[in-house]
Amino acid sequence: MRTTTPSQDFIRGIWNENPVLIQMLGLCPALAVTNSVANALAMSAATFFVICCSSVLVSAFKRFIPNEVRISAYILVIATFVTLADMMLQAYAPAQHKELGAFIALIVVNCMILGRQEAFSAKNNVFRSLLDAIGTGIGFTIALVMMGGFRELLGTGSFLGVSVFGPNFEPWVIMVLPAGGFLTLGFILLAMGYFEQRKKAKTALTAEASS
Amino acid sequence: MSEEGMNKDNISVESETQEQPVKKTASTFRLVMTLAIAGTLAGLLIVMVNQHTKPIIDKYKAEQLKIAVYEVLPGIERYTTYYLVNDALSLTLPEGAKEAEYKRAYIGYDTSDEIRGVAISRGEPGFQDIVQVIFGFDPSNGKLTGMKILDSKETPGLGDKIFKDQVFVDQFFAGPETPLVGVKIGAGKGNPNEIDTITGATISSKVVIDIINHGIEEWMPVIDQGIPQEPKQ
Repeated sequence: MRTTTPSQDFIRGIWNENPVLIQMLGLCPALAVTNSVANALAMSAATFFVICCSSVLVSAFKRFIPNEVRISAYILVIATFVTLADMMLQAYAPAQHKELGAFIALIVVNCMILGRQEAFSAKNNVFRSLLDAIGTGIGFTIALVMMGGFRELLGTGSFLGVSVFGPNFEPWVIMVLPAGGFLTLGFILLAMGYFEQRKKAKTALTAEASS
Repeated sequence: MSEEGMNKDNISVESETQEQPVKKTASTFRLVMTLAIAGTLAGLLIVMVNQHTKPIIDKYKAEQLKIAVYEVLPGIERYTTYYLVNDALSLTLPEGAKEAEYKRAYIGYDTSDEIRGVAISRGEPGFQDIVQVIFGFDPSNGKLTGMKILDSKETPGLGDKIFKDQVFVDQFFAGPETPLVGVKIGAGKGNPNEIDTITGATISSKVVIDIINHGIEEWMPVIDQGIPQEPKQ
């Protein structure tokens, strides 16, 4: 098994293996609820809560979970926390809960969360699982807020509900529609690929120069 | 025991990727028990949180409804909730009945205890999902007094104009006669029951009009039978 330091566990989910932008996991919520920054934040907060609690619990109880039923057990743990998050959002942030609708319940089947349980929490101690979950949660938040920011800015001319471009701005309605989600994700991935390519070319060039 | 023997082969393959290479095969009883205990604990946790959050959620919903009733029945001083029991209005529910199973009408009174209007909440499928509308009307002449969208998942930027387009919403507060008729902007003949639909959101606008028409169709005969007197306080 590959060994990593705790700081690597933490950073990995945020950048090197960002769940949405690199691993392409959790795309359903990333496309569906990012038509405003507020929605992206509420979705991220709910997912963050679920992944942290699930990782800690799975990691703490990994000895007691028989191998044959581990996936069922993980899903049970995740579903419990999703239900809790759903009820708490409905009680304390009803406006956001109304906007997110069924997508809160669908966090259960977000493969990003199940993936972290199977790949990491089931094999590592509680502390490192928590670091890994926090990192992944932050990575998910960054991706969603980035998409939400773009889409809200262009689709309604505001950021977090505050008007940015003034009353004369004609909103690009397509950006808040589902098609806008695909467009935004495509452009973000394009930019990331471009910079990655440049970075590789640069290292290749310096390696050539030094030899 | 033969089952355990069979499972051993599977495990030996999987154990290569496991942290501890030697892992005992768990008995069926243990598998069932693990999930049963985990399920019980999960259920307990959910019940505990639900008991804490449910009053808050119910209070919020009741408040939202109260605000909406006053909004669609302008000029009322107070309102009373009536239930539809056996096709007639009733102040009380039958013994042991669940409140959520009965349709409700909210009857608004002015300062001199005269009936000013009736508010009905009704949902029908829209372009995406159920559109929940609350509307108020004057039962004496059938004129609409107001309309508010309680819940809708209509397309942002197009269908959501049914509650974001103030010009469209204001038409329902201008006292149109019922049944309403949806017309394209500019195509109306000036009849008092015409509502200009929203360009690009014809289906969503028609849904709102349909909900109101169907609601009045359903409730008018009930209200005509008479509204039972409130008990004197």
